[in-house]
Amino acid sequence: MGFFKKFLAKVTRTSSVTATDWDELYGELIASDLGASLTDAILASAKKSKSEEPIEAIREALTALLSSKPRTLAISETGLTTILVIGVNGTGKTTSVAKLAANISSAGNRVLLGAADTFRAAAVEQLQTWATRIGLTVITGKPNGEPAAVAFDSATKAIADNYQYLVIDTAGRLQNKADLMAELGKIKRVIEKVTPVNEVLLVVDATTGQNGLSQAKLFSEAVEVTGIVLTKLDGSARGGIALAIEHDLDLPIKWIGTGEAIADLTPFDPEIYITGILDAE
Amino acid sequence: MFESLGNRFSNAFASLRSRGKLSNSDISNVCQEIRQALLDADVALSVVEDFVGKIEVQAKEALIDLQAGANQAQVVFEIVNKELVELLGSQARRVRLAKVAPTVIMLAGLQGAGKTTLAGKLAKYFADQGDTPILVASDLQRPNAVTQLQVVGQNAGIPVFAPQPGNGVGNPVEVAREGIAFAKSKLHNIVIVDTAGRLGVDEELMQEAKDIRDAISPDEILFVVDAMTGQDAVRTAQAFQDGVGFDGVVLTKLDGDARGGAALSIVTQTGKPIMFASTGEKLADFDLFHPDRMASRILGMGDVATLAEQAKKAFSGEGAAKMEEKFARGDDFTLEDFLEQISAMSKMGSMGKILGMLPGAGAMKKQIENFDESEIVRTKAIVQSMTPTERRDPKVLNGSRRARIAAGSGRQVSEVNSLVERFTQAQKMMKQMRNGKVPAGMPAGMGLPPGAAIPGMSTPNKGNQPPKKKSRSGNPAKRAAEEQG
Repeated sequence: MGFFKKFLAKVTRTSSVTATDWDELYGELIASDLGASLTDAILASAKKSKSEEPIEAIREALTALLSSKPRTLAISETGLTTILVIGVNGTGKTTSVAKLAANISSAGNRVLLGAADTFRAAAVEQLQTWATRIGLTVITGKPNGEPAAVAFDSATKAIADNYQYLVIDTAGRLQNKADLMAELGKIKRVIEKVTPVNEVLLVVDATTGQNGLSQAKLFSEAVEVTGIVLTKLDGSARGGIALAIEHDLDLPIKWIGTGEAIADLTPFDPEIYITGILDAE
Repeated sequence: MFESLGNRFSNAFASLRSRGKLSNSDISNVCQEIRQALLDADVALSVVEDFVGKIEVQAKEALIDLQAGANQAQVVFEIVNKELVELLGSQARRVRLAKVAPTVIMLAGLQGAGKTTLAGKLAKYFADQGDTPILVASDLQRPNAVTQLQVVGQNAGIPVFAPQPGNGVGNPVEVAREGIAFAKSKLHNIVIVDTAGRLGVDEELMQEAKDIRDAISPDEILFVVDAMTGQDAVRTAQAFQDGVGFDGVVLTKLDGDARGGAALSIVTQTGKPIMFASTGEKLADFDLFHPDRMASRILGMGDVATLAEQAKKAFSGEGAAKMEEKFARGDDFTLEDFLEQISAMSKMGSMGKILGMLPGAGAMKKQIENFDESEIVRTKAIVQSMTPTERRDPKVLNGSRRARIAAGSGRQVSEVNSLVERFTQAQKMMKQMRNGKVPAGMPAGMGLPPGAAIPGMSTPNKGNQPPKKKSRSGNPAKRAAEEQG
């Protein structure tokens, strides 16, 4: 039984929470990557709560962190919905692009992929392998070529061939590298010459610590991020940093990745997620 | 957004320093700051509490013994620094080479930690030292991981053993085993085995890692971990330690702005040293891990040791010697020399990266972030648009020459003017220095803002810092005298 369950079972029975209990609760919230200041805030609000059930007080405090923005994909009115997928290195962008495309295409939509990660060795091939498996077309460029050119070609092709969705993969980049961030801005601007970008999804690894906030902030400054894809939630990490991002930057988590198979991407359900944090082993 | 660990420590100690005499409650307050900073840096709670507890006890003990008038804040600061270095592993360890070649190194870690990229960097590192490494592609899981390793190997000029296409096809244990046999037959003295990323909780894949290990009996198993990892680092490291076991840790993506507190947690939790640090996307962005330097960086003292080492590499022997000779002869510093220096500097990496290693970098984070890297490219373009005569003697630069240079470099005439003016001033200053005079009103060289001096910079040099290269080369006459004497 996870600590929260024990804690909650205990407090609901005795309805008296000792200082040690609060300390342990503090430790659990910290271990979920919620961050020190947010954890302090959650505990303060839970302690203040007049609720008879402490379990509800904590659940409420966590729920209050959530963004109120919609969690469904924004869909274009003009016919082509363009999704740009961005993030730091190794979070699972390419895999998420493939999963997302498979999900949209299995609902009967025509999806085109753009492989604008021209930097990392074999990133294009990785996306091509996925595309072959799910039966989609990928627009590619030369290795180390101009990523914005690939994005532009993809958008032009998507319009010419009446695709309904275009999902573009980009190279992983650390958010403190100004030149690479500027490149991202260029990619978006170039696409927008042809068609609006409806979604900019930031892929965040659930194992990420407090640096996730810096990622969300700096990527948002470079291009307007519209949502989060939280990956690798099938591991032991609880991904509390995503809640911190929702709270600090008002960015909704839209999808979660839970495995290496193509179907392991599901729309984010806040209730299940918070229950997951509370029940974590 | 919270401050960096370095800034926080700086602030905590600045308030300590402003007091003459410290009380026990001052110490407690500083410890509270340190605790918060470490948590923000993703250090595991248990590690933080141990660390802060130790500091508090030691600091309070030290204060009792202190003579009045001694710098008490300095004492506390040194305790923190010492503990941090100790926590980080106190000694950088080298790879243990096998008694009978080849030395087998196996990489393991979560998905996306950077194993494949690291495999290439590690191989290049050994090849540069005269070893003959080979890479073995045992990640047959992730689509095109094998292709990626092949490309990485090609870029690094390292052979790759990849008999299986991957993408779910082939047996990674077999590939690893055959890879070792192949390496032996071709007399490679180091084998680096790349494996698939796996989660600590995935028992099946952990068993596979164990099978690979048992098949090849590696001399070193390196656990590759992303510096951005949060609190899960402790759980994952323990899972890998229990599952496959590892001998050392490699910290990747240290060029990001993550504080890297996970490193502290892993070292404390598993007792295994961090051996290497990976700091960029280029193959050469890779180094031995230095606990003392990392501690300095965390404490906001800058990473002068690394900077000096890189400078030494960049300003390679011949060029530097030539330059010194010129000075000794009394020749003028010309725009040609200037161009050479800029080129050498850009070999060291981006300006932002270089500045980030300087003491007080935390305080001028904003300036570093805003540093326009293309300024260097533009300056270079202007100088390169000059004729050799103009570079050697800028005095000939009249209006029409300047207009031509501006057109040639695609800049404004005013930019050419300002470059020439700045250069002339610098030239004058160098002349004065050579004549043994300290130039009046010499501007701060790197343009450090007045507030850049932070606590910690004044820490007495305990001999772990290299001699100040710049001041020496700036005064060749004195330097020559020193060398002779």
